[in-house]
Amino acid sequence: MVKVMLWGSLKPAAEGKAEIHVEASNVKQMLDAIGKAHPGLAPVLERGVSVAIDGQMHRVAGYEPLREDSEVYIFPRLEGG
Amino acid sequence: MLDKPNKPEKQKFNVVGTSPLRPDGVDKVTGRARFGADMVAPGMLVGKILRSPHAHARIRSIDVSKAEALSGVKAVVTKDDFNADAEDQDVLYNIMAREKALYDGHAVAAVAAISQSVARRALALIEVDYEVLPHVTDVDEAMKPDAPVLHDHIFTEGVEPKPTKPSNIAQRYEFGHGDVEEGFSEADVIVERNFKTAATHQGYIEPHACLANIANDGSGELWCCTQGHYMVRNTCASLLGIDVSRLRVTASEIGGGFGGKTTVFIEPVAAALSRKAGRPVKVVMSRNEVFRASGPTSSTSSRIKIGAKKDGTITAAESELNYQGGAFAGAPADLGAMCSFACYVLKNVRTIGYDVVTNRPKQAAYRAPGAPMAAFSVESVVEELAGKIGMDPIEFRIKNAAREGEKSSYGPKFRQVGLVETLEEAKAHPHYSAPLGPNQGRGVSCGFWFNFGGQTSTSLSINIDGTVALAVGTPDIGGSRASMCLMAAEELGIGYEQVRAIIADTSSLGYNDVTDGSRVTFASGKATIMAARDSIGKLCERAAKMWDISPDAVVWEEGHAKPAGANAGEFEPLSLAEIAASAESTGGPIAGHHEVNASGAGTSFATHIVDSEVDPETGRVQVTRYTVIQDAGKAVHPAYVEGQFQGGAAQGIGWAINEEYIYGEDGRLQNAGFLDYRIPVASDLPMIDTKIVEVPNLGHPYGVRGVGETSIVPPLAAIANSVSAAAGVRLTELPMSPPRVLKAIDENK
Repeated sequence: MVKVMLWGSLKPAAEGKAEIHVEASNVKQMLDAIGKAHPGLAPVLERGVSVAIDGQMHRVAGYEPLREDSEVYIFPRLEGG
Repeated sequence: MLDKPNKPEKQKFNVVGTSPLRPDGVDKVTGRARFGADMVAPGMLVGKILRSPHAHARIRSIDVSKAEALSGVKAVVTKDDFNADAEDQDVLYNIMAREKALYDGHAVAAVAAISQSVARRALALIEVDYEVLPHVTDVDEAMKPDAPVLHDHIFTEGVEPKPTKPSNIAQRYEFGHGDVEEGFSEADVIVERNFKTAATHQGYIEPHACLANIANDGSGELWCCTQGHYMVRNTCASLLGIDVSRLRVTASEIGGGFGGKTTVFIEPVAAALSRKAGRPVKVVMSRNEVFRASGPTSSTSSRIKIGAKKDGTITAAESELNYQGGAFAGAPADLGAMCSFACYVLKNVRTIGYDVVTNRPKQAAYRAPGAPMAAFSVESVVEELAGKIGMDPIEFRIKNAAREGEKSSYGPKFRQVGLVETLEEAKAHPHYSAPLGPNQGRGVSCGFWFNFGGQTSTSLSINIDGTVALAVGTPDIGGSRASMCLMAAEELGIGYEQVRAIIADTSSLGYNDVTDGSRVTFASGKATIMAARDSIGKLCERAAKMWDISPDAVVWEEGHAKPAGANAGEFEPLSLAEIAASAESTGGPIAGHHEVNASGAGTSFATHIVDSEVDPETGRVQVTRYTVIQDAGKAVHPAYVEGQFQGGAAQGIGWAINEEYIYGEDGRLQNAGFLDYRIPVASDLPMIDTKIVEVPNLGHPYGVRGVGETSIVPPLAAIANSVSAAAGVRLTELPMSPPRVLKAIDENK
């Protein structure tokens, strides 16, 4: 299963969990799965998030593939200057 | 890409890594280059904007009848002339006030007239009935429970239980891992301090300017200085309530952006005026307007606590960062919190950021948004902690530095990064061991920035004479056209001077994200390389047709198609120019294209060394020596990379020593001009020495990392550390202006 790590202030929306495990083969499936399992996360996910997949940052990663053992971090959407 | 390569695709270069003259240089030094305000159109009107004189006021009514009746006035617009259902409601509210004016300078109405003087007179005839409300401009004051509240709809997100009352704290962010309390209990030495930074402006020399020519049905064109003309097109279409395809936006040359031109201010207003008047309308901000009504940085307050063992190992680190983001949510508290300890591998770390609204103009990005303020406070404490332990500050940083495979303070493990390499270079640099004079001090700081890629569309056409026309959609704010030409020439095996790059308008290419996030040399460069490879495939097909062999039996080497395999040596190689000359008979025009949402941008680190001299009588600070050492992955055009390094340092010197938004008790900006808001001039700056480190980014074919933003992350702390060493007292508030430095010296006596 894919290991999904939330940033600290999202934990309350995920019933106190910082780490969630879901079945997903791409980022969209992963986001859909955690939004369904934890509806409190849905508004944040809908606003748009960036992700790091196995250490690689993606500002927007809709269908980026995931491995079964991928580690994904979810972040607020990256902005730049 | 899930599988990690172990080296960049290409490591030997012919033209990449050289520093030829920029293709836009002659136009710029001769005055032929056209910036935003240089655009003209027949029948053009002058647009001017009426701005709120109040920091916070309810708008009871706006009467524009007298202005509309004035001879020479062709259109007047207010909030009602924009699409109330626009996608981004904050931008809609920011470009033209609605129920309330939220800051001194907030636009409330605009006119288009036949001349400047008529437009000015018309503005004076607009009657706005304001109900002045209590205001707040300071971040700490705005966070208090009894502060005037700007928005009834902001209930702090990211806290439990969910608030039942609105406040100015839009969002709380928290990142980290481990047990910081346990970590602090293991520390031999702990340093905890509070810091403040002032809001500063990007200080671009060219004010915002645009020319709109919109027909009554909403179709038309915009010319403007911007970092992202596709963003301007999409946002204006939404604000005007028209289809995206009706607008064509062309980016002018740009006189600086630094993040401040990544959103819209006057563009939709000019478009609305033009649509209403049925004539072209030009709007150019005055410098006063740029300060009052564009997007400066956040001001911040922060608390930092770091503990370490006597051997230099950091045991725990904690930051609490408050970002004042102006009248709308969106201050980069999240990015600041993520960046604050990114330079270090930490077992126990917690970072908290607050996004706070105030009665100031909405902040905009400024090179690595949020990171410099966080680095200022963290790196100040790091330097002080190293001193308390009795350890060299660079050795202390190396001991704790971010490395490949280690968990970052914001979560994921680092891929290949170059922080240690910049620190080792700094330690060995002659600057670090040079003697200091009286009243001088030396400071060091590291800095980090994420960098990203994004949506990019590029087209490359082979001309009939073998030269190449390259069309990119990312405005050139730092010499990127030259870098694109170098990468195209490298792939095609031709000379740099044979490639000419333009910034195409929004109707000529697919969507391109804004030039921000240090993304252009990485992402637009990647797309350029792929477009060149696409064209090479087609060039090989044409050669195969001319030789009557299979395209698979043709290779591209040194700017020529050559027969390979069984056909090797059978035909004379064909140059790009020879194939181009035969294009009509071999199938028509030859072009390469690439469209991508680029990922794989490599994070970037830098280390800066600064010497400062403090006049103990006046408190004046002079930076006497400055060295920037930064990882560029691969420097495509080394002179421009150095320019980015130097530019970040120069802006950081201004931010650290002089620049600040000063608000009066009335909530109005007191120093909206370059006479009273002092950016550095040449005499304020030493020669800024540079050292390019190249640890390849494996997400780019050449190893490129973005370089435009990281260079502004370390300066605030590096300068503060040098000034603190020179003054003999820790400076914790920016800018370190003479009165503030003198006060610190006096209080330390």
